[in-house]
Amino acid sequence: MYRYDHHDQRLVDERVAQFRDQTRRFLAGELTEDEFRPLRLRNGLYIQKYAPMLRISVPYGLLSSTQMRKLAHIGRKYDRGYGHFTTRQNIQFNWPRLEDVPDILGELATVEMHAIQTSGNCVRNITADHFAGIAADEIIDPMPYSELFRQWSTFHPEFAYLPRKFKIAVSGSATDRAATLVHDIGVHAVRNEAGNIGFRVLVGGGLGRTPVIGHVIREFLPREEILNYLDAILRVYNRFGRRDNIYKARIKILVKEMTLEVFTRHVESEWQRVQGGPATVPDEEIERIAAFFAPPPYERLPGDDAGFRAAVADNRAFANWVKRNVFPHKVPGYAAVTLSLKKTGVPPGDATSDQMDMVADLADAYSFGEVRVSHEQNLIFAHVKQAALLALWGELKALGFATPNIGLLTDIICCPGGDFCSLANAKSIPIAEAIQRRFDDLDYLHDIGEINLNISGCMNACGHHHVGNIGVLGVDKGGAEWYQVSIGGDQGEHASLGKVIGPSFAAREMPDVVAKLLDTYIERRHADEQFIDTVRRIGIEPFKERVYAAAH
Amino acid sequence: MPLLTRNRTVIDDRWALLPETAAIADVPVSTPAIVPLALWSAQHGALAARGDIGVWLKPADDPDALAGDVACLLLIAVDFPKFGDGRGYSTARLLREKYRYSGELRAIGEILRDQLYFLLQCGFDTFALQPGRNVAEALAAFDDFSDNYQATVAQPLPLFRRRLQAAAAEAPAPSEGSRR
Repeated sequence: MYRYDHHDQRLVDERVAQFRDQTRRFLAGELTEDEFRPLRLRNGLYIQKYAPMLRISVPYGLLSSTQMRKLAHIGRKYDRGYGHFTTRQNIQFNWPRLEDVPDILGELATVEMHAIQTSGNCVRNITADHFAGIAADEIIDPMPYSELFRQWSTFHPEFAYLPRKFKIAVSGSATDRAATLVHDIGVHAVRNEAGNIGFRVLVGGGLGRTPVIGHVIREFLPREEILNYLDAILRVYNRFGRRDNIYKARIKILVKEMTLEVFTRHVESEWQRVQGGPATVPDEEIERIAAFFAPPPYERLPGDDAGFRAAVADNRAFANWVKRNVFPHKVPGYAAVTLSLKKTGVPPGDATSDQMDMVADLADAYSFGEVRVSHEQNLIFAHVKQAALLALWGELKALGFATPNIGLLTDIICCPGGDFCSLANAKSIPIAEAIQRRFDDLDYLHDIGEINLNISGCMNACGHHHVGNIGVLGVDKGGAEWYQVSIGGDQGEHASLGKVIGPSFAAREMPDVVAKLLDTYIERRHADEQFIDTVRRIGIEPFKERVYAAAH
Repeated sequence: MPLLTRNRTVIDDRWALLPETAAIADVPVSTPAIVPLALWSAQHGALAARGDIGVWLKPADDPDALAGDVACLLLIAVDFPKFGDGRGYSTARLLREKYRYSGELRAIGEILRDQLYFLLQCGFDTFALQPGRNVAEALAAFDDFSDNYQATVAQPLPLFRRRLQAAAAEAPAPSEGSRR
C-alpha cells in the first residue's frame, strides 16, 4: 500500500498542529461555535447526540495491520472499545472527548492516517472497488489513481469551501463495485477503440434527498488529463453551484438546473483551457504510486487447491461460507475473503477494539498484513491462499465475523441512525436487528439469494436506501418514528433508484413487510431470477398489493 | 482595518472601499477607491481614466467582466461575504491564470486566519483581516502548511512534478516500492 514520504507526512503533521491550535482557541473562547464548526467539520468531527463523533479517513478503504491496531487502540483509549465502519469505507468513533481529538489525530499521524476532509463542504474520502488489484475483470487497478486523487483533493486550496460535500468513486473494472453511478463524480477506467486506457467520467449522481443516477459527461478522457478534468468540473461547480439552500447545493442539482448539455459545455471549455497544463499527470507519477500497490509476493500455485475443494465437498457449513464470503482471485490458488460485520445483534459495520486487533493478527497471518473496508461495511482479506481458507474460517467463526451472508438479506447496509446521529428521524439499527432476527434461517436466506437491504435513518441517505433492492427510510410523523419502504433500487453498473411502495410502517411491522415482499418474490420468480430481476420484470404493484392487503 | 500581505507584513490601507450601493458621486476625488463592479461597468470611461480606481467583485460576479481591464487595473478585490462561500477562490484563480491579471489581488469580507493559507495559494496578495482579530496569529497562519499537492497560483508546479524533478536530480533513484 501507499507509504508516505516526508512531504505527505509533514502535511499530516502540520494538520495535527493546526487542529490542535483550532481546538485550543475554541476551548479558550477565541473562536465562536459558528466559527469552529466548519473547522472541526472538515476534520470529521461532528457534535452528535451524546458526544462528538470523529470520522477517520481510510483512503479507498485500504488499511495495514499496523493501522488497524492503531484504530483498535484509539477505540480502547479514547472511546468505548469499538468503532463503526462506514459506507465511505471510513471508520468513525462515537464517544471521543473534544479535548482528546488533537491527541487522537497525533496518534493517527504516526501510522500515516488522518481525518482530513471526512466531513464538511469539501472533497471527501475517495472510494474505490474493494476488490481492486485482484478482480479478474479489471482494466486497471484503481488504487494508484485513487491515491493520486487523494493527494489532489487534500487541502485543494481552491475547493476548500464548496457549496456542499463532494464524493468521488473510482472503478477499474467492467463490474462496478464502487457505486460510481451515485457519486458526485464517478471515474471508470475504460479502453477505447485504439486500445488506449482512459476514463469515462460521470457527474451528478448522488443519494440524499434528491437521488439521481450519474450522467456520462465524457465517454473517454485520456488518463493523463484526469486531474485537469476534475479541476474543471470542480471549478464550474464551485462557481455556479447553489449556495442559497443546502438541500439544493449538490452538483446533481446544478447539472439538473443548468442542464447536462450546458454544464458539459462549461466544463469542456474550462478543460480546453487547462489541458496539457502543470496538473497533467506524467506516466512516471502513476508508476511511482503504482509501485506501492505492486502485488504481494504470492506463491506460485498450480490452481485450485485440492484440500480446499475436498473441504468444500465435505463440510456444508464451510461450503456455505465459501459460497457467500469468498471471492475469486485472479492469481491461481488464492481467494479474497469478506469478513461479515453483519452478525445478528451487532450494529452493521461495528467492530470492537479486540476484534480489530484480532483482524490485524489474522491479516498478518493470512493476507500479507492488509485489510480493506468495503462500502457495504464489511472487511476484506484480499490475498488468502485457498489452502488456508478452512483454518481462516475457523478463526473468523471464533471472532464472530464468519456469518455466511455476504450479498444476502441480512448483509444490511445501515447508518448509525437515531441511536447516535442527531440528524436521524428514526432509529435504524434496531430495524436491521429485527430483520436479521426474523430471517436467521440460512437455508431460507440462501434460497432467497442475492438481495440487498439498505436502511437510512433520515433522507440524507447514509444507509444508501435508494439503491437497496429493498430500501428502508426512517421518517418522522408527528414526533413518531415510521419507516418508508421502497423496492427496485440497485447499485453497480445497472444502478437504479427504488420506488416507494406506499404509506410508511411502524418499526414492529417491518419484519412482516419484508416477509411479504420476499413471499411475493418467491411465488413469482422465474428460475435464476434474483429479487431485483423479478421486481424489474413484474413491477412494484404485485409487491405493493401483497404488503398492503394484509396490513391495512 | 489591518491589511496583511503575502510577504507576512501588515500595511496601512490607502484605498477607500465603496459599498455596493455607491454611486459615482460617492467616489472620493483625491483618494484611491475600490468600487463595486456594477459602478465600474456603468461609469467605465470616467473611472478607468483616473488610474487610481480598483474594482471589487461579489462572489457571483464573472471575472470575465474585467477581461478588458486587467492590464491597467492596479487593484481587484474579491469579496467573501461569508467565509464559507468559496466562490472567490475560483474567481482569483481565473483572474490570475485565465485573464493573466498581475496587479494587486485583495481578499475582503469575512477574512479569518483559517482561510489565509488557501487564499494565498489562489493568488491573493493582500488580505483585509476582520477587525478585532489577532494579527500576529493571522500572520503565522500563512505558514500553517509548508507545501501543497496541487498546482496553484503561488506554486504552479504540483508536488508530483517537483518530486519527479528531485528524484531525477538524485539519480539513480532508489526504489521506494513496497508490496501492498
